[in-house]
Amino acid sequence: MGRPVNAAALATRLRDQGIFGILLLMVIVCVLFVPNFANHDNFVNILKRAVPLGLIAIGQTFVIVGGSLDLSVDVAISAIAVLTSLILNGRVENIVPAIAVALAVGLLIGLVNGLIVTKLKVNAFIVTLGTKLILQGILFSNFNNFAGKAPIEFDRLAYGDIAGIPFGVILMFALAATAFVVLRLTKFGHHLYAVGGSQEVARLSGVRTDRVLIGAHMLTGLGAGIAAIFIVSLLRSGGPHVGDGYDLDSITAVVVGGVPLAGGRGGVWGTIAGVLILAILSNLFNIFNIGAFAQQVLSGAVLILVVAVYSFRVRK
Amino acid sequence: MIDYTDNLQNTPILAIKGVTKTFPGVTALADVSFDCMAGEVHALVGENGAGKSTLLKILSGAYRPDQGTLALHGRDVIFRHPSEAQAAGISIIYQEFNLLPDRTVAQNIFLGREPMRGPFVDQAAMRHQTAALLDSLNVAIDPAAMVGSLRIAQQQVVEIAKALSLKANIVLMDEPTAALSLHEVDHLMTLVRRLKARGITILYISHRLDEVFAIADRVTILKDGHWVTTRPLAEVTRHDLVRLMVGRELDTYFPSKAVTIGEPVLSVDHLFVSDFLKDISFTVRRGEIVGIAGLEGSGRTFLARALFGAERIGSGTLTLNGKTIHPHSPREAIDAGVGFISEDRKHEGLALGLSIRANMALPSLDRRQRLGWIAQSMERQTVTELSRSLEVRAANEQVEAQYLSGGNQQKVVLAKWLATEAKLLIFDEPTRGIDVGAKASIHQLMRDLAARGVGVLMISSDLPEIIGMSDRILVMRNGSLVSEFMGADSSEQQIMQAATGTLSDERLAVAS
Repeated sequence: MGRPVNAAALATRLRDQGIFGILLLMVIVCVLFVPNFANHDNFVNILKRAVPLGLIAIGQTFVIVGGSLDLSVDVAISAIAVLTSLILNGRVENIVPAIAVALAVGLLIGLVNGLIVTKLKVNAFIVTLGTKLILQGILFSNFNNFAGKAPIEFDRLAYGDIAGIPFGVILMFALAATAFVVLRLTKFGHHLYAVGGSQEVARLSGVRTDRVLIGAHMLTGLGAGIAAIFIVSLLRSGGPHVGDGYDLDSITAVVVGGVPLAGGRGGVWGTIAGVLILAILSNLFNIFNIGAFAQQVLSGAVLILVVAVYSFRVRK
Repeated sequence: MIDYTDNLQNTPILAIKGVTKTFPGVTALADVSFDCMAGEVHALVGENGAGKSTLLKILSGAYRPDQGTLALHGRDVIFRHPSEAQAAGISIIYQEFNLLPDRTVAQNIFLGREPMRGPFVDQAAMRHQTAALLDSLNVAIDPAAMVGSLRIAQQQVVEIAKALSLKANIVLMDEPTAALSLHEVDHLMTLVRRLKARGITILYISHRLDEVFAIADRVTILKDGHWVTTRPLAEVTRHDLVRLMVGRELDTYFPSKAVTIGEPVLSVDHLFVSDFLKDISFTVRRGEIVGIAGLEGSGRTFLARALFGAERIGSGTLTLNGKTIHPHSPREAIDAGVGFISEDRKHEGLALGLSIRANMALPSLDRRQRLGWIAQSMERQTVTELSRSLEVRAANEQVEAQYLSGGNQQKVVLAKWLATEAKLLIFDEPTRGIDVGAKASIHQLMRDLAARGVGVLMISSDLPEIIGMSDRILVMRNGSLVSEFMGADSSEQQIMQAATGTLSDERLAVAS
C-alpha cells in the first residue's frame, strides 16, 4: 500500500504501554489536586483494596489473552470461600488442607470450563455463564449467609505485613511477576498468545490449542481459589456473595490494561495497572463521597473511553 | 531376494493412494493416486476446484482424507494433527498466510517449536536463528518486527522461512509466488533450486506455467478432483499442459483487443488523495480496458479505493458517464454505479460464511425489495442467471462461499457487481491464484463488459496479463501516474522501467 507504518506503530505503542502513562498521570493529578490523597495510609489503603481484584484479574488475564473468557469467577470465588471457611472451622491445623482444597476446587472449576469450551466447542461466554448459574444455584440454595470461621492465625495473610508492606500486596505482585514469566517466557505462554491471535494458525503450526486453552482456564480457576483464600482471611469467614462483582470487574481490569477481548496481545502488568486505576477511582469516589450509582456510571464511562482509544484506527 | 538398493531408488518418498475428500456440496478429491520421488521438484497443476489445495492440506495433516492413504518412504502414515505431519518431515507454505500479525517474525517462525533453555523459551536463540535464516534467504527483515507491520511480500518470505526452518525433507508450496514481484520470484526460484540440491522434495502448486517449466522435474495434473496424468516436464509442452488441465485447446491466452472505442466512461481530473496520490488524471473510454501497472506500494489499490469511496479524496473531480460523482463511502460509490473487485477476496470480497446466493445478492438488495421485503423469486432468478453465465461451479446456490475454490469465489464476487449493473468496474488483481481456465473466462467477461459500455479498470502485477488485456496501460510510481502506453506497443521491459523509475534494462527472470 505504501503508507508509512508510523501511525500503526504509534497506535500499537499506545495500546501496549499507554495504560502505564494513564496510571502515572492519574497518580500525579491526584497527588497534586486531591485532598487527603497523598499520604502513606491512603496509598496502603488503595493497594490493599486492590488485592482481591488483582488476584482474580491476574487469572482472568490468561483466558482473555487466549481469546477466551471466564464469567464464572465471581461465584467460583464465593463458593470456594464458603468451602474454605467451612473446612477451616476455626482450627489452625485445618489451614493447610483448607488451602489445598481451595486451590484444587479452583483448578477443577477451570478444568470443567476449559473442557466444555474446547471439546464441545461452545463459546466461552456461554459456557462460563452457564457454569456461573449452576454454581450459583448450588451455592445460594444451601447458603444465605456466611458459614464457617477462620482461625485467628489465618488473619496474617490479609492483615500482616513485611517491612510495612502488606502481605496481600506482596502476594499480588509476586503472582503478577510469576504470571509475567509464564506468559512471556514459557512455551505455554507463547502458545497462549498464538491461540488468542488465531486458533487456526496456531493449530496448523502444531500447537495443541485445546490443551493450551484448558490450561488457561485452569489458571483462572486457580486465581479464583487464591482470591477466595485471601478474602476468607480478610473477612475471617466466607459467604455466598463475597465474590460478587469480580466477574465484570476483572474483565474490565484486563481490557483496560490493554489485552483486547479477542486476545493475542497485551500482558499482566497492564492488568495490574488497570486494577490500580480502578482502585484509585474507588478511592476517589470515597474521598468525594460519590454515591454508588454515580460510581457505576463513572466506571462504565472509563471502560468505554479507554477501549475506544485502543480501537482508534488512524485514517489512512 | 529383495534388492534393497533398487528398492531405495524406486520407492517414492511420498505416495498418495486413492485419496478422496468431500465437503458439504463439493467433492474436492476423488480417488487420487500418484507418487513423488525423493529430491524432485514436483509441480501440481490444474483448474480451480481441481483439488490441489485440498490435497496439500491432507498432506500437511490439516485435513484427514475420507478414503485412501498416504505413504512416506513406503510406509503408510496417518496424520491426526498438523504437528504429526511436521514431525514426519513435511512442511507447508500456504497461499493464505498462516501468520500471527501481533507476534514478531521470530515468534511466528518458531511457533510450536520454540527453542528452550531449561523451562523457559530461549528468546535470544530464537532471534539469532531467525536472523541467520533470513540472511540465508538474502532478505533484510528484523526478527523482532511485528508481522502485521510487514508488507505482503515480506510476510511471504517469513512464511517461507518458517517452513524452511522445520528442516523438513518434503516441502509443500501452495502458489508461493502469487503475491511476489518478479525480483522476489527470482529469489524463490533460486531457493527452490538450493533446497533441491540438499535433497529436499518439493511439491509445488502454481498457476504460472512459466515457473513450472523453469523449476519442476515432473508435473501432475488434477482436474475436477481427479488425477489426469503425471509426466516428466521434458515430455510435455505448455500447450499439452493447458489442454490436459482444461480438456480443450486454448490457442490464444487473451481475448482480442477492443475494436471500437467511444466516449469517456470515467474521467479522473487532478485527483489528490491523502498526501499520497498526487495529481492523477486519466480517462477510461467505452469499449476499452485500462490496465494499471506498478510496483507494490505505488498506490494502485489506494487509487482504486479512492474511486470506490473507501478513501477520503482531497481534491479533484470524478466524472462517470458525464455526471460528476463524489463518493464519500462505498455505499455512495455503489449507488453511483461503481463496483470494486478487491485483491483480498476472502476478507473484502466475500462473506465466507454466507451462501453463494447471499453474497451475489448483497450489494443489489435494494433493487429487489419493497418496504424492506426482498422478492425471493427475483433474487433466485438473478443468482441463477449470473451463476450460469459466469460458470460458477458448485452444487447449488446455498453452498457457503468458503467452500468454493479461488476461481469460483472470484466469479461470485464479479457476479455480485454485475447484479448492481455497475457502470465502472475496478478489478484489483482479478486472476491472482486462479487457474488458466477460469482466468480465460474472467478475461473474456471483462472484455465483454467493456464492449457493452462498462468502464473496466484493471490493476495487475502480472505483466503478461496487463499487456495481453489492456488497450491502454497506465503505470504508477510513488502515488503518481508516470507513464502511459498503448497496450499493443508495450513490452514488459518498458513497463518495468516506468514502474521502477530506472532507465537501465532490468533482466526479467521469468520471461513471458
